[in-house]
Amino acid sequence: MNKTLENARLSVAILAARSAMLASRALRTGGGSTMPGVVSRRVDPKVLTKLSKRLPGGAAAITGTNGKTTTARMVSHILRTANMKAVNNSTGANLVTGVTAALVADSDFSGKPRSDTALFEVDEASVPKVAAEAELKLLAVLNLFRDQLDRYGELAYLGKIIASSFDDLPPDGSVVLNADDPLVASLGRQARKAIYFGVEDHSLDMGRLQHVADSKSCPVCGTDLVYEAVYLGHVGLYDCPNCDFTRPEATYRATDIRFDGAKGTSLRLSTPSGETEMKVRLPGLYNAYNALAAAVVAMEMGVALEDVKGGIESFGGAFGRVERIQAGDKEAFLLLIKNPVGFNEILRTFVAGEGSGASHVLIAINDNDADGRDVSWLWDVDFEMLADSGDVREPFTVSGIRAGDMAVRLKYADLPVGSVIPDREKAIKSALEATPSGETLYVLPTYTAMLEIRRTLSDLGHTHPFWEE
Amino acid sequence: MMNLYGDRGNVISIQKRCEWRGVSVEVTDVRLGESIRPTECDIFLFGGGQDREQALLADDLSGSKGADLRSISSEGGVVLGVCGGYQLMGSHYETADGEKLPGVGVFDLHTEPRKPEEARLIGNVLVRVPLEDGSHREILGFENHGGRTRLGEGAEPLGRIVSGFGNNGEDGTEGARKMNTYGTYLHGSLLPKNPWFTDRLIETAIRRADDTFTLEPLDDETENTAFESVAGRVRRG
Ligand SMILES: [Zn+2]
Repeated sequence: MNKTLENARLSVAILAARSAMLASRALRTGGGSTMPGVVSRRVDPKVLTKLSKRLPGGAAAITGTNGKTTTARMVSHILRTANMKAVNNSTGANLVTGVTAALVADSDFSGKPRSDTALFEVDEASVPKVAAEAELKLLAVLNLFRDQLDRYGELAYLGKIIASSFDDLPPDGSVVLNADDPLVASLGRQARKAIYFGVEDHSLDMGRLQHVADSKSCPVCGTDLVYEAVYLGHVGLYDCPNCDFTRPEATYRATDIRFDGAKGTSLRLSTPSGETEMKVRLPGLYNAYNALAAAVVAMEMGVALEDVKGGIESFGGAFGRVERIQAGDKEAFLLLIKNPVGFNEILRTFVAGEGSGASHVLIAINDNDADGRDVSWLWDVDFEMLADSGDVREPFTVSGIRAGDMAVRLKYADLPVGSVIPDREKAIKSALEATPSGETLYVLPTYTAMLEIRRTLSDLGHTHPFWEE
Repeated sequence: MMNLYGDRGNVISIQKRCEWRGVSVEVTDVRLGESIRPTECDIFLFGGGQDREQALLADDLSGSKGADLRSISSEGGVVLGVCGGYQLMGSHYETADGEKLPGVGVFDLHTEPRKPEEARLIGNVLVRVPLEDGSHREILGFENHGGRTRLGEGAEPLGRIVSGFGNNGEDGTEGARKMNTYGTYLHGSLLPKNPWFTDRLIETAIRRADDTFTLEPLDDETENTAFESVAGRVRRG
């Protein structure tokens, strides 16, 4: 088709998207982050490809079960620190329509993007569609865990879907993979160019596979993998005793990881262009992985090591789903629970271990759609490890629609069960009252319980978080 | 107790409820390629997995392992198959890709994949289980399966659905039972939610060696409160 006509169609698509955006804002219908994508794609099905091609630095995408929001935000922050303009999609708009909407909003009516590059977080299942249309220079896969919402979902199938998109990357495109996640690492066998990152620190070894391990068998031949170190879930240093599959050598590595509770984590980053010590102002091993992945993506997008360090060390405003709220002369620390691996991480970082100060803990488990309706995952959380550590000083208060199930879980782990208060409002009030002045109450809620507890805290006048997502 | 690819909550439940009564428990995990030791164990838990794993398990069970499981069951051994494990205890299991996997054949039933227009069967389930003395008790769990299980002529269901979908979402049956072998779609986790059912498995298993044995009652207030809060909600719909 004629080029002028194609450009005209693109302009109409952008115009239609703008009107849709204004309309949805005026009508307060919500959907402002995906609607323009839907509308513009209807007018010009090639809108995403056309706009991506015009980005001078190309587009990159980050996918995976855990940490894609935090990692994408870290990369954006690094790029900003390095004076590169990047367009992002917003969380909750990580399907192809959301990605399109973000690019459309960034372009003028002639279809010229204002940004140099694009950085998207993409839902795992939407990767093929985004890859086929967005000319991705870089596709990073962080990890693949069974989500609590889809406990019996097809993890291997998801891997297959993601790998099927590799052929759609441009000839100079590369795939960034977590070497420590066997299924993710195995996808590299189908990529033209794979860049691996990984953590190499034996002090993080959990000693045994956590019970939530999803993918402990070899993704190539099905034999049980042999682990030299297990970091979290099925992530660690592994080898297949049966076939040629082994943990790939990582070109970007994090070593000497030291946790400093809620304050964050320090690590040593080794890259092809040098090494540096850096502090990540987010807690836990999870965030060390996020920072490592962010460093790889940023450096592969052309950012220098010192800018990466500067960006990561100054990233702390967007504290991934953790909030610290001053409640009179006490503090409430809200840590969102999404799945057993995340729950284990929170227990390890805040409750167990030396130097952690979590004596006052409220756990709130709901089973609404957004929390996961099936609470069987509670049995995959390693409360037994916590009981063995002997670090639990005060009985936990439990709350939420499934407070009863949570209490049973604690009972069977030989942990003391404190008050069982299903009502979220009553529970947070009572737990705050029981927390001595000057101390911190750790609140571990699932998603909808978090919203309810936050609302109660706000009604009590405690509305000023130090950090917020 | 022998654990074949099983659900951790179920293992812990049996373990703790024995331990609290001074009955010692040893758990043996049986993995792919390892054989069952029929005479060394009193309770057999049989879990399952995703389609890809189901194919591996079906293959694993095609030899002596499956034969052992059949003879354990027919001699009155205590076996609990859940979800994928339950499906593989039937005559055959068909995956979403149309691959027909042979089952162990303990139960006269088979499982078909859902049709493209059919949804997965997901949600809380309450089941009325008939007991030998003519009374009933309820079990509560969570189901999440695409497959539709059809009972054959000779198969007895574990119970009737009070709320939820069960075997196929059509005939009101859930699970299957044959002597002391039970199969069910209920996980989430089944045994911690239903301590009476856990005790039934334990007592049956020990009585096979000592028919005078009875279990001491435990304080189940925490479990019963949890059961009632969810069962009440499920009954109300
Ligand atoms: Zn292998």
